[in-house]
Amino acid sequence: MSETILNVQGLTVDIPLAAGTLQAVRGIDFELKRGETLCIVGESGSGKSLTSLAVIGLLGKRLKVGASKLEFEGRDLRSLTRKQMQALRGDRMAMIFQEPMTSLNPAYTIGDQLAEALQLHRKVSKAEAMARAADLLGKVGITAAESRLQQYPHQLSGGLRQRVMIAMALMCEPDLIIADEPTTALDVTIQAQILRLLADLKREMNLALILVTHDLGVVARIADKVAVMYAGEIVESGTAKEIFDAPSHPYTRGLLDCIPVPGKTRPGEPLGSIPGIVPSLIGDVSGCAFRSRCVLARETCSGRIPKRSASGEHTYRCIQETLVSEVA
Amino acid sequence: MLAFALKRLGLAILVTFTVSVISFSLLHLSGDPATSLAGENATAADIAAISRQYGFDRPLTVQYTDWLWKALHGDFGESYYFKLPVADLIADRLSITMTLGICAISFALLTAVPLGVAAAVRPNSVVDRTALFLSVAGQAMPSFWFGLVMIVIFSIKLRLLPASGSETWRHFIMPTVVLGYYAMPAIMRLTRAGMLEVLNADYIRTARAKGAGAGRVLFKHALRNAIVPVVSLSAVQMGFMLGGSVVVEAIFSLHGAGYLAWESIGRHDLPTVQALILIFSCFYILFTLLSDLANAWLDPRIRVG
Repeated sequence: MSETILNVQGLTVDIPLAAGTLQAVRGIDFELKRGETLCIVGESGSGKSLTSLAVIGLLGKRLKVGASKLEFEGRDLRSLTRKQMQALRGDRMAMIFQEPMTSLNPAYTIGDQLAEALQLHRKVSKAEAMARAADLLGKVGITAAESRLQQYPHQLSGGLRQRVMIAMALMCEPDLIIADEPTTALDVTIQAQILRLLADLKREMNLALILVTHDLGVVARIADKVAVMYAGEIVESGTAKEIFDAPSHPYTRGLLDCIPVPGKTRPGEPLGSIPGIVPSLIGDVSGCAFRSRCVLARETCSGRIPKRSASGEHTYRCIQETLVSEVA
Repeated sequence: MLAFALKRLGLAILVTFTVSVISFSLLHLSGDPATSLAGENATAADIAAISRQYGFDRPLTVQYTDWLWKALHGDFGESYYFKLPVADLIADRLSITMTLGICAISFALLTAVPLGVAAAVRPNSVVDRTALFLSVAGQAMPSFWFGLVMIVIFSIKLRLLPASGSETWRHFIMPTVVLGYYAMPAIMRLTRAGMLEVLNADYIRTARAKGAGAGRVLFKHALRNAIVPVVSLSAVQMGFMLGGSVVVEAIFSLHGAGYLAWESIGRHDLPTVQALILIFSCFYILFTLLSDLANAWLDPRIRVG
């Protein structure tokens, strides 16, 4: 067994609003080992981005984060001071964001911004930091790295900027990288390149990777483990194979039905869709949050929903005793 | 950067040239200068004589080039009223106005920018409310009234500061505060608005994700991007302060260039007015040029295509 990098149990994020408390993340558990890729999948508003921001400690002060366990490399993140958390951020854990076009500071060169990431955490000279930056730019597939260092973000394309963001995340050789929809803003060919790059880097540097996405195609390509989030909960989690082969929660099933399968989906045949919208999470939420959109919903769905084990680490939250994949 | 600077410099020179033509034309737009100089009871012969003496009988282009050539060498002719060289007359006055202008804009920037940043960091907090109150008060209070109140308090009641004159640095304290407070609200509000926008930007989150501390995020990553419009505004304010500080100069009896311009207009002292307009405009152009260059340095998107 390789070492556990991140252990999250019962993570909650509450957003106080005028109308009441919005329970955006409602008690989620996951564990991540070195060398593993966890994909957190879900639609907009499912709480997947909030989850990743909560782990790295970048949520606004207004948002309340709770957890029964929030351990990073054996250290309890909840007990760390702001300064200690700051020392960890960018060093041991790094983050890549969705919008490469706006995630780099327009006022500074690529080199300055990359070097800063290293110099904030290591006592190195600017020249040493720049050398490492050039080295990493090469590693993330940017040619003429030396001259790129002198350029400003607005001189680079979206794909290049996302590579720069990845290089920035790697500057201190972190143990954990959280990538929040890193390919959403990029066009399809670039998406594939960036995903391959992330997968290669993860293997090469033996780090843990959390990839937040709404794109199951991305998941299929890169994930070791998958956590499907719906309305602030993980409704199903397991290995990528388990999730794709035997989706056990109606929501996961619905998500998979939305994707055309080459050779199986005939041209012209309508793709699946999930009717309805994500319910409001303001105030007390009870029962299964998916029941208003679920084809298999029963009266008991408004009660307590057990966490069931399908096989091994594969778990799901549903009132149905038999696997959905067998029922449908 | 060099190409950008040269382009801006070229533009500035063109604008200066245009302004020089306009300020030269003023003399002739306000009627025949010889007639107005000669006075009401002058004969046609008197007027012709004056016209010859001052060179008004020459073609306009010749007069203009002659005037410009002399102006470039610091010779703005002789004041009709004081019978003194305009250049000497202005030199003293201008140093007072410049001192006041620089002190006032510095005062405005040094109070407005930190206050704007603090207000943006905690919107709707006590600091933000206080800053809003100060800026509304500054905008609403006429400077002549604020100046008089300051004189009543600090000169008459407390006897701390001199009420008029320009002999020592202490004479400049109240005028600086009054004039600076006039410019402060706009700078403060613009800093606040800029910072609020920039602090929500994705690259600020990136900086925090790198592990940068609050101060570094605020001043290195945010302020540099938020300050660009503030620089432009300050240049305009500074230009305004040079020519528009008449009221403040009058209240505190600072005989500055603004006050001189106002007096000279009343006295039909055209060479002085011409020279002052040209000088004020040149300073205005200079400040704009400097702010353009400063902004190009701050924001690479302006200088690198």
